[in-house]
Amino acid sequence: MVIRDYIFLGIFLLVMACVPLLLKNDYYISIFVFASFNCLACIGLSLLLGYAGQISLGHAAFIGIGAYTSGYLTTQFAWSPWITMFIGVVISIIIAIAVGVPSLKLRGHYLAMATLGFGAILYIVAVAAVDITGGPAGLNNIPPLNLFGLILDSDKKFFFFSWSVVVIGLLFALNLINSRVGRGLRALHGSEDAANSIGINTSSYKIQIFIFSAVFSSIAGSLYAHYVTYIDPGPFGIMHSVLLMTMVAVGGMHKIWGAVIGSLLLSLLPEFLSFSTGYFKTFGIEYKPDYDTLVYGIILLSIMLFLPEGLYGGFSSAFRAVKNIVKRNGKKAKSSS
Amino acid sequence: MEITNQDFSNLLQYIFMGIQRGSIYALAAMGFNIIYNSTGVINFAQGEFVVYGGLMMVSLTMTMNLPVPVAFFFTVLFVMLIGILMERLTINTVKSPTVLRLVIITIGVSIFLEGIAMVSWGKNSHVLRHFSSSETFEVFGAMILPQTLWIIGILVFIALGFILFFNYTMTGKCMRACSINRDAARLVGINDRKMVMISFALSAGIGAIAGIIITPIIQMDYGRGTMLAIKGFGAAVVGGLGNSVGAIFAGILIGIIEAFGAGYISSHYMDAIALFFMLIVLFVKPSGIFGSSEASKLKEF
Amino acid sequence: MVETILEYQELQKNFGGVVAVNKLNMTVDIGSITSIIGPNGAGKTTIFNLTTGFLSPTAGNIKFFGNSINQLKPHNIASLGIARTFQNVQVFDNMSVLENIMVGRHLRSKSGILSSTIIPPFLRKEEKHIKREAEKWLEFIGMADDSQISAGSLPLGKQRMLEIARALAMEPKLILFDEPASGLNARETLAIGELIGKIKESGVTVVLVEHDMELIMDISDIVAVINFGTRIAMGTPAEIQINEDVITAYLGD
Repeated sequence: MVIRDYIFLGIFLLVMACVPLLLKNDYYISIFVFASFNCLACIGLSLLLGYAGQISLGHAAFIGIGAYTSGYLTTQFAWSPWITMFIGVVISIIIAIAVGVPSLKLRGHYLAMATLGFGAILYIVAVAAVDITGGPAGLNNIPPLNLFGLILDSDKKFFFFSWSVVVIGLLFALNLINSRVGRGLRALHGSEDAANSIGINTSSYKIQIFIFSAVFSSIAGSLYAHYVTYIDPGPFGIMHSVLLMTMVAVGGMHKIWGAVIGSLLLSLLPEFLSFSTGYFKTFGIEYKPDYDTLVYGIILLSIMLFLPEGLYGGFSSAFRAVKNIVKRNGKKAKSSS
Repeated sequence: MEITNQDFSNLLQYIFMGIQRGSIYALAAMGFNIIYNSTGVINFAQGEFVVYGGLMMVSLTMTMNLPVPVAFFFTVLFVMLIGILMERLTINTVKSPTVLRLVIITIGVSIFLEGIAMVSWGKNSHVLRHFSSSETFEVFGAMILPQTLWIIGILVFIALGFILFFNYTMTGKCMRACSINRDAARLVGINDRKMVMISFALSAGIGAIAGIIITPIIQMDYGRGTMLAIKGFGAAVVGGLGNSVGAIFAGILIGIIEAFGAGYISSHYMDAIALFFMLIVLFVKPSGIFGSSEASKLKEF
Repeated sequence: MVETILEYQELQKNFGGVVAVNKLNMTVDIGSITSIIGPNGAGKTTIFNLTTGFLSPTAGNIKFFGNSINQLKPHNIASLGIARTFQNVQVFDNMSVLENIMVGRHLRSKSGILSSTIIPPFLRKEEKHIKREAEKWLEFIGMADDSQISAGSLPLGKQRMLEIARALAMEPKLILFDEPASGLNARETLAIGELIGKIKESGVTVVLVEHDMELIMDISDIVAVINFGTRIAMGTPAEIQINEDVITAYLGD
């Protein structure tokens, strides 16, 4: 199990290292940088969705908390971005406890609605609390990150930095899954009653994993703020929370790698779609970026209906099928010879 | 502090505003409850039913110039059909349904329907003619729209119909039996799958009616579904999930809190105040302020 | 005098109007195999669910080593040293056989979410210890060869064995078996019987709910007969077999 994860990690590192070499245009690199924020948030979210079996529709709000904490404290008080990132994490933890503890005590999907409501509230506050958030106009002039004297002010520099953070997050998540706590989580997913019967405090684990995933999102938000150096409430709304959940479900919610696949694909999808606008035209379809939502809906629905284990699950069962055919043919060849 | 006439008029105005909006949340909450009772699933597409009700009514009356009663009938029918299709094409086809998967599917349906609505009706808000006059009349200094009376009247009408349906018709009783114990209901020959379909049809129908009656006042656009769903769910929780009489009072309560929030605190925070109230109830008394204490634990997830 | 490990005092559980357990009084001696038998619906599984905290009693008391455990949650009760298996066997079918037993070591290990995140599994001492212990229990049930197989793909007999090994890995003081032989063939039932005997020898107290009378009479020290949630007889297997109340309860008047 663990060995396969490290092989995947090697392949993943290789692929990501090639991206900036292949893409000459900074714009495309920036798309990948944005994808890294989603990827980080989705890795955390997949632990919650796939292992604790709980839906959160408020993770964009945690991204927002990270982004606004960093944005506000660095612009108002000129604090170091690393400190503000940490403060963002602390605030996210406090809010995750406040929202998570009561709603995870209940059975069912109260957490989904509670996080949705909480996300909506924070969005409204971000728009209305003009004194702090700058309202719809947002916050400007957020300083870029300074990594031991290296200022991350270009797309390429940030690409390497933010994907390194993703890899660290990925390593952490994989460590967690293959540990005592991870086995407890998988047990909780397998049978909550049996998990309880061997002494696993399942409700405490659910809360811990919700907090853990909120931390991932908060860090993604802080990185985002220091990358774009300008934030407004737009990207932190409900729709983005739903999109994050969609990424995890589409990639395959029972595997961390699913979240990586899903977040990469769906982050690149809008670019791909606008790139193909001309192609759609040949079929008489006038494709507009506005239709992206509809496409996400169709993808999420088709995956949940036909491929509930997501793309990762689909790939691995296809791989297994091919392996079986090869094996059978091999046997046949042997027996006939 | 002296209470002036003006204060009293304002208070009355806010209460009417609250009842008017709250009625919609109440109807949305009833829709949540019907599906929740039959499937144990929170249907995240509930808000889209309301949106489609409003937008379809706009098309039928404003564009096609159908008379209001006819358009009303066809709109409800159309949205019920969406509900049935949703159940047949998605919920019903899932081989090994877990609640988690079903909930995600309803989220998928809601994004899908929102996308379709945007493609079909565009991004702008749509105006719908009031059922009768749009001239306000005065009650103790508060200005009341005739449409508000329509909304209250229709809410009462649906609530009564609801009680009659679930208590006095065979189908309604079968649905209740299914929600209490699905296996036992199946044993006595109730077609539980059909009951699930009917619950989606009913829930969609009620959502459509909510959309039709509120659109003259708030105008409707494709993106309102999520907020309507959250507040409807809020009403369902405050009223005790599964308890539809509770949902009606809770919906109106949330509407009034929202109106007071807008009037006395800040209109910017109007939505946030209602949601905050919902969260507080969810955290402090998850069984709802009208529900029994066991209700939240009863359903198997 | 023998020490009492588990005691029910006037234990009562109502589901709405239905009385599942009715003023049950009973004690379990430390180190014994005590079986609970009774017709279907007599309330046997309810007693287990009450004991392990999955249900809370309507009235009465459950005492473990003299301390009341009525209000505790299942995971707290497990941490006191009460393990159980389930009537409809519940192994974690999303994990390998070995991992299933490794989860059983949960209470005997400590690492929390932070250390688990930062230190990779292969650098963790505790992880190695957990694995060694799990392999030991796998050996104990004679399934060492199956360690890497997915638990879901095992036949029922082996799933039950695995569920028992997972419970044993907790190193409990008391273990409750809920119909461990149901759905098993004669050979598998024999193996389960032997295993339960071995568990007793290792010093763990066993409480057993079972329908297979041959198995019960073979391995039990004490048999309690329950009907309508109430104890109608208790004694050695030989005493129970000739008890008239028991015969009436099983065969009707």
